[in-house]
Amino acid sequence: MSYLESNLKQVPTGMRKILFINWPLVILLSAVASVGFLMLYSVAGGTLETWSEPQMKRFGVGMAAMFAVAFTPIWFWRNISALVYLVALVLLLAVEFFGAIGMGAQRWLELGPIRVQPSELMKIAIVMLLAAYYDWLDVDKVSRPIWVLLPVVLILVPTFLVLMQPDLGTAVLLVLGGGLVMFAAGVSLWYFGTVIAIVVALVFAVLESRGTDWQLLHDYQYRRIDTFVDPAADPLGAGYNITQAQIALGSGGWNGRGFMQGTQSRLNFLPEKHTDFIFTTLAEEFGFIGASSLLLLYAGILAFCIHAAVTNKDRFSSLLTLGIAGTFFLFFGINMAMVMGLMPVVGVPLPLVSYGGTAMMILLAAFGLVQSAHIHRPR
Amino acid sequence: MKQTERTVRESQIRITRRGLMLGGIQAAVIGTLAMRMRKMQLEEADNYRMLAEGNSVKIRLIPPARGLIYDRNGVLLAGNEQNYRITITREDTEDLEKVISDLRRLIPMTPAQAEEMLEELRKRPPTVPVTVADRVTWEEFSRVAVNAPALPGVTPEVGLSRIYPRGDDCAHILGYVGPVSDYDLSKIENPDPLLMIPKFQLGKLGVEAKLEDDLRGKAGQRRVEVNSAGREMRELGRREGTPGENVQLTIDYQLQNFCLKRLGDESAAVVVMDVTNGDVLACSSAPSFDANLFVRGISVKDYRELTQDDHRPLADKSVQGLYPPGSTYKMVTALAALEEGLVTPEETIYCRGFSEIAGRRFHCWKRAGHGYLNLSQSLEQSCDCYYYELSQRVGIDKTSAMAQRLGLGIRPDLPMSAVQEGLAPTKDWKRSRYGQEWLIGDTINASIGQGYVLASPMHLAIMTARLASGKALQPNLIRSENGVETPRPEAAPLGVRPENLTYVRRGMNAVVNGRHATAGRSKIAKAEWKMAGKTGTSQVRNITAAERARGVISNSQLPWNRRDHALFVCYAPVDNPKYAVSVVVEHGSGGSTAAAPIGRDVMLFALAGGKPPMDAYPSSQRGRIQTMYEELDLVDPATVQNAGTSRA
Repeated sequence: MSYLESNLKQVPTGMRKILFINWPLVILLSAVASVGFLMLYSVAGGTLETWSEPQMKRFGVGMAAMFAVAFTPIWFWRNISALVYLVALVLLLAVEFFGAIGMGAQRWLELGPIRVQPSELMKIAIVMLLAAYYDWLDVDKVSRPIWVLLPVVLILVPTFLVLMQPDLGTAVLLVLGGGLVMFAAGVSLWYFGTVIAIVVALVFAVLESRGTDWQLLHDYQYRRIDTFVDPAADPLGAGYNITQAQIALGSGGWNGRGFMQGTQSRLNFLPEKHTDFIFTTLAEEFGFIGASSLLLLYAGILAFCIHAAVTNKDRFSSLLTLGIAGTFFLFFGINMAMVMGLMPVVGVPLPLVSYGGTAMMILLAAFGLVQSAHIHRPR
Repeated sequence: MKQTERTVRESQIRITRRGLMLGGIQAAVIGTLAMRMRKMQLEEADNYRMLAEGNSVKIRLIPPARGLIYDRNGVLLAGNEQNYRITITREDTEDLEKVISDLRRLIPMTPAQAEEMLEELRKRPPTVPVTVADRVTWEEFSRVAVNAPALPGVTPEVGLSRIYPRGDDCAHILGYVGPVSDYDLSKIENPDPLLMIPKFQLGKLGVEAKLEDDLRGKAGQRRVEVNSAGREMRELGRREGTPGENVQLTIDYQLQNFCLKRLGDESAAVVVMDVTNGDVLACSSAPSFDANLFVRGISVKDYRELTQDDHRPLADKSVQGLYPPGSTYKMVTALAALEEGLVTPEETIYCRGFSEIAGRRFHCWKRAGHGYLNLSQSLEQSCDCYYYELSQRVGIDKTSAMAQRLGLGIRPDLPMSAVQEGLAPTKDWKRSRYGQEWLIGDTINASIGQGYVLASPMHLAIMTARLASGKALQPNLIRSENGVETPRPEAAPLGVRPENLTYVRRGMNAVVNGRHATAGRSKIAKAEWKMAGKTGTSQVRNITAAERARGVISNSQLPWNRRDHALFVCYAPVDNPKYAVSVVVEHGSGGSTAAAPIGRDVMLFALAGGKPPMDAYPSSQRGRIQTMYEELDLVDPATVQNAGTSRA
């Protein structure tokens, strides 16, 4: 009998659970999603039907999923986390063989009427699995090489599959998301230092190999790196997107150009303005006030999660909450850094704001896990 | 796994420590993002705002060169010429009225024009450059260019404009282009962005309109960086457009030019068709007009002159003009009767100058009557009574079915404007059109191509080509596009017994070459070019009984517009037909006198591939014909070829 199960006397049951939900978190999530609806309405040129309305419906479904997940005891989720990981892995393999091609990459799987992106599911599955793994593992063994190697393999297998699609953004998210849980679980900092050193060395190798016989990346990938380093060098080619995005962002000023008044988005200068680059429209139309407000909402969500994590006495719950919050952080952090020109362009959407069904619903379900951990915390 | 209180606490401390570390890292990243945002949106906002508003990248369309149109020998019929124009972009001007008043000091412009221009500029989106002066001289152009810095928004431009180097000759076939209008746009779903360029030239009529999509080409793009005043600072990139497809017509320009010249001042039309494949070699309608006038914007005076001329120069009579085919229709009636086995070529029918049918008298053109005639003789002398008899045997529906088989009453599939369907009437047609029963008198009238029957010169050429070839030829006007030959499907057989065609052809031969030939004066003397044909004279008015009693007034005494139409169809050489020609001279009085000579001259010009040798004409006519050719003032073939190649 685990510590958790022995301390369950106080855990609420039945409909009483609704009182123990972390309501501020629900409100924050809804607020962020509402920003999304507003911006999707704007980039669609003032129409609801194009993107905003379908997004609202998905948000509704996602919310329902969140509550369903939240009301299910957290130990159930812990027990099936390995299964979830396996299912996600099988789906990823299926994409490899039967997937649909979108934007030059294989990402979707057609399951009857619905289209799923297994890589989205994997982002959460890896966090669940690693949280369960460290819950099971003796705290003293956490930093022993053999017990470090196992989670690394569990992270790298799906990462490899995602890279095959190819989807660099998701691959980065999987590695960082998994690493985050390992970090939270207390794996020795030496490991992280070593990995960072290796990565830096690798980046050097990649850059040095350019133009030689053993060139490590595709030419277009190098061009992306160039673009990142100096987007202005080729304002009409590869750097066009990022230059236009920065112009949109910067021209917002203090309070923006007004709702539906952004010339960059109106005049179609912005690429992918309803998905990855939606933040630029927000920044253009609502300025620094609007953009930093969204950043504050995100920070608020993180704060609630971290607080819930450190106060929760259950190891799985804490790690899961930290992992999900961390993944969420990676989403918006990478997206914003990307559109602000702090990072190369990788396809990562702005969570809960960018148009996209699977990502939004899975993210809300993941927050359901956070809620479940909160409701069913040992008292 | 057993967990003790101690390990739990230890793990909790560790998680809390790491969780807070994570929170710290996240806070640091969020702080960085916020700082970056602050830097971009607050410190560098003006810079970015300028990039977004003024100094941004703009995309300008490069209009493609419109496809050229050639004749079958490579003579340029429609080309593009450079012209200088002045445009204004409203967005880039601060005080529009001042700019225009400054501009008026550099180039001539009436106050009315200036007013019109202001209105146009206000109507268009501010980003669109509006042409304010077209076809300015080089001096005016350079004057504006030199003063450009003082005229914000004004751009002197060099553009391409349509030109028809062959003037009037092909105006009806080619049609013309004109500036795109709101009405044009309203008809097109999802219009090409090119069409949004004000005064963009769009095909309005004829081949220019029908092949618009092929001729237009695809727009190119220039990406330019412009400063806050909207002036182009530098060109960042350029993607050339695709020029429109070059179109080659089946028209033989020299022949076309000859036809028009030969028609002279008549209100008339000629169609020449290649009997072997259906190519339309000439399709002339006289008088013609200069299509260039329309491209440049025709003046009210010129336009009024064109519309008020009773010879209707704007109408393309070759495909739009519908005429009762008169006696040229007799081949249809004859062939229908032959095919039904209701007459044999040898059977003779008596003509006493009129036939009494259903209590009404129907006259033959020869009041004294022709006596006994067989099929060939009936065509040769164009006896009407013979056909009154045949038509009663066959009936209208079968006659009209034969007419349709020969291409009459069916809209020819040609890329020209307002191509007419013509009419081969049936009982059902009359019932649905007029709600009346078909009368025997209608049949009688139709048998000699009067009454309801209507055909254009194009129809008659198709009919003649089908009779001559025995194949269901379709007319072609487009020979190739961008060098790719337009496929011409093999014509199906006509489905008429060959011997019956032979009988009809024999009659048509007799019309020109027989002893009593109606068109005998228009025979071809050269043995290997001998021609067969049929004349026609169709009434444009009813001859009343009273009038007939008084004695029918001769055409020469009538005003021009009440005289009969003169028609002639022919093919040659008789033994191995190459060309079919149809001629309609409106109010030309008599087919044999007004239309047949034209038909012969056109046929000879086609056969000889230029001015025919004089020995093709009967010796007695050579002197007169020689004088006629000298007066025609034809284009020199050498200059046509040179001009064609240098333009291409």
